[in-house]
Amino acid sequence: MQNPYLPYAVRIEDIITETEDKNLKTFKLAFENPADEEKFAYAAGQFAELSVTGKGEIPIGIASSPTEKGFVMFTVNKVGLVSSHLHTMQPGDLMGIRGPLGNSYPWELLEGKNVVIIGGGFAFTTLRASIVYMLDPANRSRFGDIHVIYGARSPGMLLYRDELAGWEARDDIHMHITVDATDDPHWKYNVGFVPTITEKKAPQADAETYAIICGPPIMIKFTQPVLDNLGYGHDHIIMSLENRMKCGIGMCGRCNIGRHFVCKDGPVFTLAQLNGMPKEY
Amino acid sequence: MRAYTEKIREIARRLLEACTVERVLGFRRGSVPMMNAPCFVKTPAEAANLVWDSNCGINLANYLTSRSEKIGIFAKGCDSRNIVTHIIENKIRREQLVIIGVPCHGMIDRHRIAAMADGEIREVVEDENNIIVQGDGFKKVHNRHDVLQANCAVCTHRNPVIYDELVADLVEEPGDVDRYRDVREIEALSAEGKWDFFDDLLHDCIRCYACRNACPLCYCPTCFVDESRPQWVGKSQDPVDVRTFHFLRAYHCAGRCTDCGACERACPVGINMRVFTKKLEKDCLEKFGWEAGLSLEARPPLDAYRPDDPDDFIR
Amino acid sequence: MKVIYIEKAQWASGLEKAGDSFRLWGPVRRGQFYAFEELAGGQVPALDFRNTRLSAKGLVYPQSEKMFEYTLDPGQPDHDLLKEAQKDYSPRAVLGIRPCDADAFELVARNFDTPEYQDPYWLRAREAVTLVGLACAAPCSTCFCTSAGSGPFSTKGLDILLVDSGGNFLAQVATPKGEAFAQAAGWRQPADDAAAAEIDRQRQVAEARIDSHVATERLRQQDTLTLHAAPFWDDVAFACINCGTCTYLCPTCWCFDIQDETHGRQGVRLRNWDSCMFPLFTLHGSGHNPRGQKVQRVRQRFMHKLKYYVDKYENGIQCVGCGRCVRHCPVNIDIRKVCELMNSYTLAGDSCAVVS
Repeated sequence: MQNPYLPYAVRIEDIITETEDKNLKTFKLAFENPADEEKFAYAAGQFAELSVTGKGEIPIGIASSPTEKGFVMFTVNKVGLVSSHLHTMQPGDLMGIRGPLGNSYPWELLEGKNVVIIGGGFAFTTLRASIVYMLDPANRSRFGDIHVIYGARSPGMLLYRDELAGWEARDDIHMHITVDATDDPHWKYNVGFVPTITEKKAPQADAETYAIICGPPIMIKFTQPVLDNLGYGHDHIIMSLENRMKCGIGMCGRCNIGRHFVCKDGPVFTLAQLNGMPKEY
Repeated sequence: MRAYTEKIREIARRLLEACTVERVLGFRRGSVPMMNAPCFVKTPAEAANLVWDSNCGINLANYLTSRSEKIGIFAKGCDSRNIVTHIIENKIRREQLVIIGVPCHGMIDRHRIAAMADGEIREVVEDENNIIVQGDGFKKVHNRHDVLQANCAVCTHRNPVIYDELVADLVEEPGDVDRYRDVREIEALSAEGKWDFFDDLLHDCIRCYACRNACPLCYCPTCFVDESRPQWVGKSQDPVDVRTFHFLRAYHCAGRCTDCGACERACPVGINMRVFTKKLEKDCLEKFGWEAGLSLEARPPLDAYRPDDPDDFIR
Repeated sequence: MKVIYIEKAQWASGLEKAGDSFRLWGPVRRGQFYAFEELAGGQVPALDFRNTRLSAKGLVYPQSEKMFEYTLDPGQPDHDLLKEAQKDYSPRAVLGIRPCDADAFELVARNFDTPEYQDPYWLRAREAVTLVGLACAAPCSTCFCTSAGSGPFSTKGLDILLVDSGGNFLAQVATPKGEAFAQAAGWRQPADDAAAAEIDRQRQVAEARIDSHVATERLRQQDTLTLHAAPFWDDVAFACINCGTCTYLCPTCWCFDIQDETHGRQGVRLRNWDSCMFPLFTLHGSGHNPRGQKVQRVRQRFMHKLKYYVDKYENGIQCVGCGRCVRHCPVNIDIRKVCELMNSYTLAGDSCAVVS
């Protein structure tokens, strides 16, 4: 019997400090046993349990795209016991990952559609995975227009800054990077909160356009009315949730929202689905 | 007790009708024998649900923590002492409370009575002196004094220590009570004997925390057993962790515990964890002449510094 | 179903024989109550109990269970790698389990044995155990098993059901596992039709003695959000002290926590029972807690058992009516009353809605 609690052994290949407050680090992990990489076949939007032996596990969205081979990548905010310990680890250290877990963004549904990605703060990880996935030469033609609205408190708090600059330079993706405020005279992108930029830059809704939104609750709260005004139906707004998790496979009972488990039935739900669920997230 | 119930309903109705309080905290009849449930009465009409008998052992002070309303509360001797402790510890303000004192005749031990019955108990009624227990094919009459909760049997503060009005005349406090015989018996054990005693005492603990959560003193936003950074205690059934929980919780109650018995009463597996808190209660009495919750003016011994403290290390 | 006679004189000797190939657990008196404990050779289970204080769930799903072992010693080649903890899954039998508690394993299986994932610990332990139940001739006033899909003589989940018939047990052998246990015990005297009639007679008497009935038929059709927003939750939850008594005594509560515990450089990854009553259960790392209020947690427990589970599996409520939570809640929160509130709830102004 396959033990779903047993993590794959992975080695830390590289650690990148992402933000100026040093609270976000990206971990590039390589499977110790190459055969495990195949078993860990994932789609953008899924997550994994990162296992640090002696400390425990944390559920983290997969920041790499399935089109990137030879490694998986996670960007971890320093919050609790496991994530704090993870931040002290070094390249070469051994840890575990368990997954992939949860559903993903609905890639079959999104095929041939325009995609508007709206992200805030450090919740940009699976959105990065999605962008890299869609921009892959093998995939780009499968999607229509791609808009990305991504905001952080300040320029130094944006994740994946080099990649953002690279995407800005492309003509097959509309980037709308923004910060809440900055005194950097060289800042050449937007200034303003995500909802405001969404109002200005997001395309009008139509049946062929889906919004994927992921960010702190306050951003979601103020962005949703903007999307309503733009005419987005709630079945065209796709969200990724977080709840405290342990097992990641729908058994330990804590991450439920009504009858649905965020870990197994989610973490991705449409707003239409969420409207029918208790607000316990 | 019927007289108590009528008076309680009358007082609750009056306080709510006059808007003297927003809520009244009391007991309503439970759905199984020997169980009354704490309830929050909001309207004069609901006051008719209130009851008082020998099954009101839950300490209502537990429900006052950090509330903001103006509340009328029915208080036995122990509840009133925990209300005092709550006020001293800034968990509620005196001005928020209308304390209706209930001179107490002692609460009955539902666990013991159930264990003594010859079958499932279907009904328990009481009169002045007797507890009448009935089930399928049996009827037993217990003298009230024989089936009191263990803490009630040695209680010396049956009357409320603080109140705005009384439900009935004060009762006579028992004079000659040996409160700490059980503690002395444990103190007299050898180290090995103590070890075995505690081992057996805590053998059945399932760490449901009913004792902690029933206790009006245990209001920490995050209990030390739940703290993860740093994690002080393991979360498994390892006996060391189980003991650590009980010992440490008892220490946190030192100089504060009123021996209300809520912990023991709540325990689903019959553990008498009161022996821990009673040991500390006894030490507080012997070393500092202190009994918790008797006065709004005095600071508890672990909360006060005196230049003439008998211990060197603190001077 | 096959029925055999077990003369009471052969009970202890049969258990002794079965003990050669099975580890045996049974109710043992512990102070004021009964608990399932492993029986020593020659020890017979105490069968004069109404029900054990804790259910038998811990025999398949221990309150603390080792999942993995590890070493953090960098000198060891397998340091930082989790290794499967060694377990004993040799055959064992639980004697005297009540039908409600046996049925609970069937309910809990829906959580641990899913199309996508199988929990190896629960499944292996469940597979290893043979359940020899004891029919409930005298149900308690707090028992409502017949409202919860079980019954005092139900064989759901059981391998053998023992019915006390004075000088002997009439044993209904419900499964091949039960057959194997009866063989191991040397119990093979077939019973006649009269035995089946006697079991049926006793069953009817026992079922008629259950006076606690809980209506559940409208739960499925109730709207989740309407129930969630119902005004009765504050009153239901007021007395609750958020202890784990109800969840830990419950045979169908399955929630757990996973913890690493390290001593020196050696450690184990454990799972421990957890409870939706505890605030920590859902606390986010950020400090946000989607069920931070007591009323939210109480509502979760009842909504899970009586609505979410009902909707998810379309197989009744997540409760077998054993009544433990009713009997042992320190503040008398009674699931029967809550179920009644949920089942009968209609939105204000909707009082003319047809109650089917």
